[in-house]
Amino acid sequence: MKQTSLFWAFFRVGIFGFGGGPSMIPLVHAEVVARYQWLTDEEFADILAIGNTLPGPIATKMPGYIGYRVGGPLGCAVAVTAVILPMIAAMIVMLGIFSRYRDVAWIRGMGQAVVPVVMIMMGQLAWDFFDKSQKALGWLVSSVMAIVSGALIYWLGVHPGFIIGAILLAAFIPFSKLKKAERSA
Amino acid sequence: MIYWELFLAFFIPNIVGYGGGPAIIPLIEAEVVGRYGWMTSQTFAETLALGNALPSPIATKMAGYVGYEVAGMGGAFVAVAATVVPSLLLMIAALGLLYRHRESPQVKRMSQWVRPVIAMMMAWLTLGFLLEGVNGAGWLHTMIIGVVAAIALVRFKIHPAFVVMAALVYGAFVIA
Repeated sequence: MKQTSLFWAFFRVGIFGFGGGPSMIPLVHAEVVARYQWLTDEEFADILAIGNTLPGPIATKMPGYIGYRVGGPLGCAVAVTAVILPMIAAMIVMLGIFSRYRDVAWIRGMGQAVVPVVMIMMGQLAWDFFDKSQKALGWLVSSVMAIVSGALIYWLGVHPGFIIGAILLAAFIPFSKLKKAERSA
Repeated sequence: MIYWELFLAFFIPNIVGYGGGPAIIPLIEAEVVGRYGWMTSQTFAETLALGNALPSPIATKMAGYVGYEVAGMGGAFVAVAATVVPSLLLMIAALGLLYRHRESPQVKRMSQWVRPVIAMMMAWLTLGFLLEGVNGAGWLHTMIIGVVAAIALVRFKIHPAFVVMAALVYGAFVIA
């Protein structure tokens, strides 16, 4: 019974969650806190805050963790499956049909027309990420980091995972002492 | 072997991809198109367009579809598991510990410092899509679709699903 409720709760989140991860959070809240009362408002807020400090998509961390709390390991699997499986199946079916008829002129035209739209969406995301980092780190630091990492990745062929991994480790260096020294200087 | 490559191709982007689903996309592109060559830039763009038009998280839709394309049902399963399981295990295992440190400057710095790198990769990917668009649909169509899509998405905040649909109609009738 509990597993069935978990399945339907996250199935609804998955099929109504247009716009990716963050847009699904209010839907998760509506099911988990308002409808089924598996969690209180505070518990939900805490789980969300912790989820945001970890890597990986928030839209699978939330269902997975809530599923685990409500129904153990099986509940975790049920919740994650319910949220992601329907649309993965839809992607496979739709793109399968699309690529079968790629030679037809108007289908090929559709494929070509979609590329500039994706370009704009990606450009928008790039700007959004740069704007956020500019607000946190300033123009100069953000630009230098972007240019240096870009040169390492695309010019020298360093794997981006190494660069990001190194940055994540560097985040734990105690810089507060350095900053204090800077300010007093 | 192919399963191991699929696992790595999705495990690495998801474990270093701070900043949610969209941050992972340029990292996945670097693996799937750049490193392993499982997809062309064109098919990756098509997959991303459909993925953005459908509900549910983008990272798992991409993983599921790419995994299926490369190695069938087993491939889809491996790619999705690599996307979902590691961060979920961390969350279940370390909830208490992370909760105490969620306001710590180190934890905040992690996502702040990664952002410029992700922004750079996204900008690079944008340039790649521009070249791909010019290569496929030509300068004129790329400019028309790009400008209209930019106005619709940025100025009028129209949902991507409708913008993608409009582009499909344009492609079917005008480009073809």
